[in-house]
Amino acid sequence: MSVNPRLYPLLATIGIFCVAYAICWMQFPAMLSTRVVGNLLTDNAYLGIVAVGMTIVILSGGIDLSVGSVIAFSGVFIAVLLRDTALHPLVVFALLLGVTTAFGAAMGWIIHAFGVPAFIVTLAGMFLARGAAYMLTIDSVPIAHPFFEALQSAYWLMPGKGRLTLIAVVMLLAVAAGAVLAHRTRFGAGVFALGGGVQTARLMGVRVGATTVGIYAVSGFTAGLSGIVFSIYTGSGYPLATVGTELTAIAAVVIGGTILTGGAGYVAGTLFGVLIMGLIQTYIVFDGSLSSWWTKIVIGLLLLLFILLQKGLLRLTAARA
Amino acid sequence: MLLSVRSLSKSFPGTKALDDVDFTLRAGEVHALLGENGAGKSTLIKCLTGAYRRDAGEIVLDGAPISPASTSEAQALGIGTVYQEVNLLPNLTVAQNLTFGREPRRFGLVDGRAQRRMAQEMLSGYGLDIDVGRDLGTCSVAVRQIVAIARAVALSGKVLILDEPTASLDAAEVRLLFDVVRDLRAKGLGIVFVSHFLDQVFDLTDRVTVLRNGRRVATEVTADLDRLRLIEHMLGHELDAGKSDAPRDPAGADADTRTELLRFRELGRRGVVEPFDLTVHRGEVIGLAGLLGAGRTESAELMFGVRTPQTGRTTDAHGPVSHATPREAIAAGFGFAPEDRKTDGIVADLSVRENIVLALQARRGWTRPIPRAEQERLAADYIRRLDIRTSDAEKAVGDLSGGNQQKVVLARWLA
Repeated sequence: MSVNPRLYPLLATIGIFCVAYAICWMQFPAMLSTRVVGNLLTDNAYLGIVAVGMTIVILSGGIDLSVGSVIAFSGVFIAVLLRDTALHPLVVFALLLGVTTAFGAAMGWIIHAFGVPAFIVTLAGMFLARGAAYMLTIDSVPIAHPFFEALQSAYWLMPGKGRLTLIAVVMLLAVAAGAVLAHRTRFGAGVFALGGGVQTARLMGVRVGATTVGIYAVSGFTAGLSGIVFSIYTGSGYPLATVGTELTAIAAVVIGGTILTGGAGYVAGTLFGVLIMGLIQTYIVFDGSLSSWWTKIVIGLLLLLFILLQKGLLRLTAARA
Repeated sequence: MLLSVRSLSKSFPGTKALDDVDFTLRAGEVHALLGENGAGKSTLIKCLTGAYRRDAGEIVLDGAPISPASTSEAQALGIGTVYQEVNLLPNLTVAQNLTFGREPRRFGLVDGRAQRRMAQEMLSGYGLDIDVGRDLGTCSVAVRQIVAIARAVALSGKVLILDEPTASLDAAEVRLLFDVVRDLRAKGLGIVFVSHFLDQVFDLTDRVTVLRNGRRVATEVTADLDRLRLIEHMLGHELDAGKSDAPRDPAGADADTRTELLRFRELGRRGVVEPFDLTVHRGEVIGLAGLLGAGRTESAELMFGVRTPQTGRTTDAHGPVSHATPREAIAAGFGFAPEDRKTDGIVADLSVRENIVLALQARRGWTRPIPRAEQERLAADYIRRLDIRTSDAEKAVGDLSGGNQQKVVLARWLA
C-alpha cells in the first residue's frame, strides 16, 4: 500500500508540527500541558475559522483578500449594535452572518458574471469592508453585555486544568464542518473540479456560477463567524483590527499543504498550519528573550519551504505521468 | 438511423464553416469524419455536442429533432464526446472522475466506498485493471482516454464522438483503445471517429464522410474505398498515383550533391534527449519520427533553444552557429512552429498581420519599425500564398480555425 503523493504535503505539515512540538516540549516540559494546548486553540480560534473558508476558496483556485477587513467590520458591527440597540447578541450574530455571507456571495457573483480575477474583486471587497467598519465608528468600542461576558467565560475543563474555551470548540467544529463540506459533498467535488480547471469542470457538468457564488459565500460566512469569535476573544470592536489577517490565513492554508493554484489539499491540514503558527508564538512567549518578529521570520521560512515542497511534488508527479 | 444531420450550416464572421452538410450515423457503426484542417470537422462536432448553435438545418436523434444548447444537454440527450486533450480532472481520483455529478450519497454525504464500487462497475468490460482510488493524473494518457470513454458512455449511451483520441497514444495504446471502441460498436453505439491517421480509419471504421471547405464531399463505405481516392476527396484534386507512391530515397544520390545547410553534432541535454546528430541540406524536409515521449518535441526544442542544449555544437558553412536561446536561434535564421500553437505559437489577441510580422520585427529590432504599408503587403502576400482563410488581415488570430492559426505561425517564420 503506497501513500498517495497528494497526501505528502499534509503528512509533512503534521510531521513538522509534531517535531516542533517535541522540540518545544524538550526545552519547556510545561508546553505539553493541556493549559498550553487550550490557549493555543483559543488564541488562534479566529484565525482557524477564517482559514477554513480560505482553504475552500484556494482549493477552487481562487483567493479572498477581503476576510481580514470583514473580521474587523464584524467586530465593529457587533460592538456598535450592542451599544446602540437593545438587540440580543444572538440576533446581532445572525444579522452579521447574513451580511457577511451575502457580501461574499456578491463577490463570487461578480467574479463569475464578469470574469474578473478573484484577486481584484476581493481586493475591492477588502477596501469596502474596511471602509464600512470606519463608517460605523473610528474608535475602539468595548462590548459590555451580560450574555457576551457569559460567552467569554464559557469553557470546559480538560484533564490537567486546561481550559477548552467555547471559541476553541467553535473553531474545531468549523474545521470539521469545512472538512465534510470540502471532501464529502457534491459541492466540495465541484470546488476541487474548479481548482482542476474551470473549462473542464464546466464540461463535466459543474454549475460553475452557483459553485463560485457558494465558495465565496462560505468564505464570507467563515469571516463573519471569525469576526464573532474575535469580538468575544478581545471583548471589543475596532476598525483597525486584523489588518493583514487574510495573508496570515493564506499562509496557514499553504503551510497546511493546500496547493495555492487549487485542486489539491485538505481542510484538516489548514488546522495544523494554524497550529504551527500558534506554536511558534507560544515558543517565543515561553522563551521570553526572543522578539516577536521571530514569528514572522519562521513563518516566512516555513511558507517558502512548503511552496518549494509543492513545486518539487508537482515535478515529481509530472515526471511520473 | 440513430443520428441524422440535414442541411446543417454554421457561419462565423467572414467565414462559412459549414455549408449545407448532411451526415448520418447508424447504431453499431464507427463512422469516420475526415478532412483537412479547417474543413469543418470541429465545427460539425461542436454543433452536435451543443458547444455551438447551428444557423440552419436540423439534427435528428432517434427520430426526434434536437438542438442541444450545452454540452451537458447533449450529454443528457445521449451524445457523449471524448476529446484529444482528455477533459477530465487530473487532480481527482479515477473514481471521482467517473462518478462526478452522480456520486452515490448516504445521508447527503458522498459515500466513498459506494463511489469506488460504482466506478469499478463502470470500468468493468473495458479490460482495465487499475485502482480507481488513484489520481487520474498519475495514469497514462491511454487509461485516461478509456476512463473518459467509460464516463461518456455511462452518461450518454447512444452516440459517442471521439475527436482525435489517438493523437497522443503509442501503437499498443491505440490497439487497447480500438478494442474498447469495437466492443462499444458491438453493443450498438453509434461512434463518430475523427482522426488524421488514415491507417486507423481503414482499420477501425465502417463508413467515411469527407468534408472540404465546410461542405460534405463524400460519404462511402470504408471497405469500398481505396486510400488514393480518399486523399483525393480530402484534397479536392487528383493525385498522380505513380508520383505519390514512389518512395523517395532519403539518402538518394542528390543528397550528396545538395549543399549542406546546417550540421548539429552531439546535441543533447541530460534527462531530456541523448546527444544526437542531424544534418540539414538546402531544400530538404526532414521528418522526426518516434512514439510519444521518444523525444521528438524535445529535440526540436533543443534546436530552437527553447531548452538550452548542454552538449554539442552546431555549424554551418561559415562556422559555429549559436542557438542556446530562441532569441539567438531566430537571429541565426531559425523558425519554430510549436506543438501547442494555442499557448506557444500564436498571440491570440493580435491580428493576423501583427502575428505575421512579429518575428520579422523582432529580427529588425524595435528601433526600426516596419512601415505599416510594408506590413500590410506582407500580410496580404502570405494570406494569399498560404491560403489562410480569414475575412481580413486585421482579424484576431484567436478567431481563426486551428489549421489557419498554424498557417499564420508558418507565415511568421517565412516573412
